[in-house]
Amino acid sequence: MLIKKSADIRYSEVTPKALYLNRRKFLAGIPAAFLGARELLSPSARARAGTKLPELAKSPFSTSEKENTFNDVTHYNNYYEFGTEKDQPAEYAKNFKTSPWTVSVEGAVAKPRKYSLDDLMHVAPLEERIYRHRCVEGWSIVVPWAGYSLSALLKQVEPTPKAKFVAFQTYYDLGQMPRAKYAGIELPYVEGLRIDEAMHPLTMLTLGMYGETLPPQDGAPVRLTVPWKYGFKSAKSLVKIRLVDKQPPSTWNITNAHEYGFYSNVNPAVDHPRWSQATERRLGELRRRPTLPFNGYADQVASLYTGMDLRKFY
Amino acid sequence: MLRSRWTKIALFLACLAPFARLLWRYHTDNLTPNPIEFITHFTGDWAIRFVVATLAITPVRKLLHLPDLIRFRRMLGLFAFFYASLHFATWFALDKGFDMHEILGDFTKRRFIFAGLVAYLCMVPLAITSTKGWIRRLGGRRWQFLHRLVYFTGVAAVIHYYWLVKSDIRLPLLYGSLVAILLAYRGVIALWPRRAPTVS
Repeated sequence: MLIKKSADIRYSEVTPKALYLNRRKFLAGIPAAFLGARELLSPSARARAGTKLPELAKSPFSTSEKENTFNDVTHYNNYYEFGTEKDQPAEYAKNFKTSPWTVSVEGAVAKPRKYSLDDLMHVAPLEERIYRHRCVEGWSIVVPWAGYSLSALLKQVEPTPKAKFVAFQTYYDLGQMPRAKYAGIELPYVEGLRIDEAMHPLTMLTLGMYGETLPPQDGAPVRLTVPWKYGFKSAKSLVKIRLVDKQPPSTWNITNAHEYGFYSNVNPAVDHPRWSQATERRLGELRRRPTLPFNGYADQVASLYTGMDLRKFY
Repeated sequence: MLRSRWTKIALFLACLAPFARLLWRYHTDNLTPNPIEFITHFTGDWAIRFVVATLAITPVRKLLHLPDLIRFRRMLGLFAFFYASLHFATWFALDKGFDMHEILGDFTKRRFIFAGLVAYLCMVPLAITSTKGWIRRLGGRRWQFLHRLVYFTGVAAVIHYYWLVKSDIRLPLLYGSLVAILLAYRGVIALWPRRAPTVS
């Protein structure tokens, strides 16, 4: 067994002291105290930890809101290929093989290229960006992602004028994902962005979180993070990025077009047909909080949608 | 064995086991990162299971010639009501925080919540009139007629579940098939009196 120096201790192995102390204050504020000290779960209950990433640059895009715990973000996942219950991906993705890995960037580009994971690590300096993440189901988390703007990658392959949209495809293999047959959605999972959305600096190609490489249940080894859209737009475990001239299909829109649109910008004014989107529950909090337009990123992204009826293009 | 007092006590404790498990998970801080959602789903799952179990008593006792099973029907029904009440209260108090504006909005705008409400409201008079005194006051026939409301609970509960899941419909379909079979049995019996199907 490797014995590590204490300086090498990984984020997933420790409970930050501030969090630990904070917990008391936090609990005291809850009348019925339905929440517990989840941070204190035994180490064996944690996901397998990733590899520590090198020094990450700070990002001006980061929120100062309190991060969720590593345990929350790794034990409450929507990753239907690994089970449709929130606690299943942590279990069923445990042995997901993410090496070797290739992401093919192709389509309407001058220089199509297959990227290895190592290539991707060196496209641009890795930054830590603490983003809000809002699920279409009405819960939210704050996660310190590690990665860089997707635009850095797209610029390398030089999109041609025909590139109006970007189509993403994620890994799919029933052998590694036996529970995918119960997912009830068409797989492989596909997603898409308009080219200006994909080139927006907030849109992130994400290779890690909490200073480590991504755990499998959070989309290892490389995923998309689009913080102003509902979480399902941020496709996990990417294998193909294709620049195209027409709006590409997206999995939840195929599944139920009435409920999930192509744009899926976080919008408290447009309800999901089955539930309100006006509020959300931040994991770890008892009371619901109001949902912000574009998940609080309106200043940066609202201009992308000038003149569009966001009720129609939900 | 079915007539023993101890069987009834054992069943009572078994029916309480899920609740005990929930308390234990709370005690050990093991309610998942989203405790309110977890409690909602946990209590909802057990409510629908008990509804199905209650509906199963009559067909099973007739098909298997176990008339004594009737001794447990009220208990199962009341446990269905117990878990459904926890389910309802979790949504009402913990999830919605008694926000009447949101709650009333949900009743009218969200069909799955409306179906759940129907399922629950149908159980209320049944729980109230579940005592011997009420059977006497209403008279057996009227009491029995009233208690057919449980069929609506079964159907509405399945619809509630089916309408709320996103894509994985295996469990709603399972409960839906069970309720369908149990109600179809009654339909067959009602249409062909005295010629009840036998087990063979």
